[in-house]
Amino acid sequence: MKLELRSITKRFGSLVANENVSLTVQPGEIHCLLGENGAGKSTLMNVLYGLYQADGGEILLDDKVVKFSGPGDAMAAGIGMVHQHFMLIPVFTVAENVILGHEPTKFGGVLDMAAARAKVREISDQFGFDLDPDAIVGDLPVGVQQRVEIVKALISNAQILVFDEPTAVLTPQETDELMAIMKALRDRGTAIVFITHKLREVKEVADKITVLRLGKVVGEASPDESASDLASMMVGRAVDLEISKSPAKLGDLSFVVSGLSAVSHSGTKVLDDVSFEIHQGEILVIAGVQGNGQTELTEAILGLMPKATGSIKLNGQELLGRPVKQVLDLGVGFVPEDRTDDGLVADFTIAENLILDRADRKPFVKGLNLQLKYLREFATKLVKEFDVRTQSIDTKAGKLSGGNQQKVVLARELSRELKLLVASQPTRGLDVGSIEFVHEQIVNTRNSGLPVLIVATELDEAVQLGDRIAVMYRGKIVGIVPSTTPREVLGQMMAGITA
Amino acid sequence: MKTLKRGAIRVPIILSVLTLITLWVAAIAPGGETTIQINSNATATGAAGEAFRFANIITSTAFSAWLTFGLTLLATALAWWFALTGRVASRWLSIGFGVVFVFNILISLFNGQTMTITALLHGSLSLAVPLIFGSLAGVLSERVGLVNIAIEGQLLAGAFVSAMVATLVQNPWVGLIGAMVAGAFVSWLLAVFAIRYVVDQIIIGVVLNVLVIGLTNFMFSTFMSANSQVFNAPPRLPSFDVPGLAQIPVIGPVFFSQTPIVYLMYVAVIGVWFALYKTRWGLRLRAVGEYPKAADTVGIKVYATRYRSVMIGGALAGLGGAFFTIGQSLAFGKEMTNGAGYIALAALIFGRWNPIYAAFAGLLFGFAENLQYSLSTVGSHVPSDFLLMLPYVLTVVLVAGLVGKVTGPAAAGKAYIKS
Repeated sequence: MKLELRSITKRFGSLVANENVSLTVQPGEIHCLLGENGAGKSTLMNVLYGLYQADGGEILLDDKVVKFSGPGDAMAAGIGMVHQHFMLIPVFTVAENVILGHEPTKFGGVLDMAAARAKVREISDQFGFDLDPDAIVGDLPVGVQQRVEIVKALISNAQILVFDEPTAVLTPQETDELMAIMKALRDRGTAIVFITHKLREVKEVADKITVLRLGKVVGEASPDESASDLASMMVGRAVDLEISKSPAKLGDLSFVVSGLSAVSHSGTKVLDDVSFEIHQGEILVIAGVQGNGQTELTEAILGLMPKATGSIKLNGQELLGRPVKQVLDLGVGFVPEDRTDDGLVADFTIAENLILDRADRKPFVKGLNLQLKYLREFATKLVKEFDVRTQSIDTKAGKLSGGNQQKVVLARELSRELKLLVASQPTRGLDVGSIEFVHEQIVNTRNSGLPVLIVATELDEAVQLGDRIAVMYRGKIVGIVPSTTPREVLGQMMAGITA
Repeated sequence: MKTLKRGAIRVPIILSVLTLITLWVAAIAPGGETTIQINSNATATGAAGEAFRFANIITSTAFSAWLTFGLTLLATALAWWFALTGRVASRWLSIGFGVVFVFNILISLFNGQTMTITALLHGSLSLAVPLIFGSLAGVLSERVGLVNIAIEGQLLAGAFVSAMVATLVQNPWVGLIGAMVAGAFVSWLLAVFAIRYVVDQIIIGVVLNVLVIGLTNFMFSTFMSANSQVFNAPPRLPSFDVPGLAQIPVIGPVFFSQTPIVYLMYVAVIGVWFALYKTRWGLRLRAVGEYPKAADTVGIKVYATRYRSVMIGGALAGLGGAFFTIGQSLAFGKEMTNGAGYIALAALIFGRWNPIYAAFAGLLFGFAENLQYSLSTVGSHVPSDFLLMLPYVLTVVLVAGLVGKVTGPAAAGKAYIKS
């Protein structure tokens, strides 16, 4: 089935999320929708799927105008969607999840589970998915859950499939398998819309590329174009994709973690005998698929996991067992993975956020009084230094864009007397410009002779930023390798296979 | 050394403690005899009578206590053996243990008296009916994602409206319909505030309970009690025997010689269970209660599903309320539900949001409540305050110890806001 979007416009209040977006996808074609976070890709697809109503424009299927008042209509018309956050119910079985919304029934609305299981097996076998219809979805690995999501989209005989950032949660191997599945679907004649911001994936599977920027189509491209050309189209200016980084000048051994183990509330081992060391002037990247113990590792370093065992030594001083405040005072800078929840207080101003960790001491307080004048000078200086784009230091942090929020966090952490910088997914969800800035700050910190620990889930970032890479899998360090290690090897390590 | 799985020895430890209690009960057992009458008193039952009568059992209280101690000791040893060899003990071991344990305590308390099994069961069922209807309302509401604290209000509204409507039209059946409408209306209010106005579900539930108490109290004292012949003298729903089933010894007179409300309850429990787990309707309902957005993206109407399910639940709770009045031929009294809605809520959680389990939990709570009445009528030597406490202590121990961690529907209590 051919899909055509004609000058779709969608506004949220005064914000224009999509403006006059047109797009044509032929059957048997993988059409990539490329754009930065916030470019309006997901909004456009939610309009197509009936979750949003467009303010202007029309949707055509096989040259006939259609109107969707909800996802049910879109599904009935043959549109399926593989959502970025899986729309699966964890306590239901695979079969129950797959049939939800169009259940096979016997007399009187009684579910026909035998038919449901048969249907799941049939589609699963077509693509070699090997799904057990009676498995509980919550017990399955993320990659398998995504296959359930795909089967769910296919069961209603979808002729048009939308994949919304499907690789964000996958290992490189799983990503390759997904690409193969997408190609198999294309060869069957399905029209595929693939939403992503990862250039490597675009170049691998796309037949056609449409680039979105700030809600508008800025052009079409062919997959033969170079990655940096695509990136420039996406961002709107020339982009340097490489991080310029001089070779590391290693100083003394500074940060040593040995035998670190921790158990979660539910009793599973989240950290299993983790050991590594970082020299001064070195960046160690912890790579791995999200949820393999990286969060717990950074929390343990910061003192948020008091029950962890083992040892964490910074310049000879034991950090484990100390309260957070002492750890910070010893010179640990921390950029958390969730800046809006953990990094900032959204309802506080930029200035207030900049002194969250030092609001109890001179020169910010004297006696009981906050030194407002000094605070303003300090905040004004940092906002300038870190290029935070804001009208005033009194703007609430929650009102800033993601990139500017991250700059505020970095400004706060880097303006202290640091001995170690720990940053968890520091560029998650940022625009390319901000990513460049953040990377530059991290490299500068390392060049100034500090040990730096970065948690990265994207392999490209890990390889470019790291001097060495430690791969984590199920709470264990699979191996620590130089950043020149081939991607395939790193990918295997991320799946738990020792190099 | 083999490491034991965490929690594996929880059951044997609890059984050990309870076995020590049976030892204590045996040690202080009084020297009398207890008569156990299994069948009902022939005169008290309906016309049909039971097909078969057991002889009364007369047992020495001390003997039965020691026998129980032996049995519980055996069961505890078995539980330890299962745990230490890494096997999973059947749930029936715990259930059997519990039955024997409670039975033994009853025999000790009834020392020197006649303990009539059918009477105990009959009383339990009567007290359990509103609890079970209430917990069904809770199941239907929480499974679709709305926490229903307002069960109490739904019961009370059902009791009030059924009494008044049945008196006004002099027809108990119309009273039943009125009760369902009243319960559904209270739950509709809950749904409107929770869904459309996104009020915190716990708060609106409590507010509704207070509102219904206030309204019924007000109407009761302003006109109902003064003109009770006009407003508050509901005719009784006729009770009848289910042909065949009523003649089954013990079970027949207890469960199948009842008012239509009780029969409706059986149908409701099975019906709700079947609908929830075996039909498209139930699958969608549960999906909405677990992950409304996922349901939305496959074209299920989240709000409509929530309204519908919560209101059906409210109608069932209304029936439970009607049992207080026309079910037992009683006039409405101020706050006559007396917290049954909250106990229904406990039964719902004890029953893991499953209608069948919740019904058994309701029976258990009914049994516990009934115990205090029957023991005070036989004039037991144990202080009445202690008797009041005992069943609840036992329930808490059993729930905390044997049920373990339970997880309700994931989206219960959370408003769903469509973007």
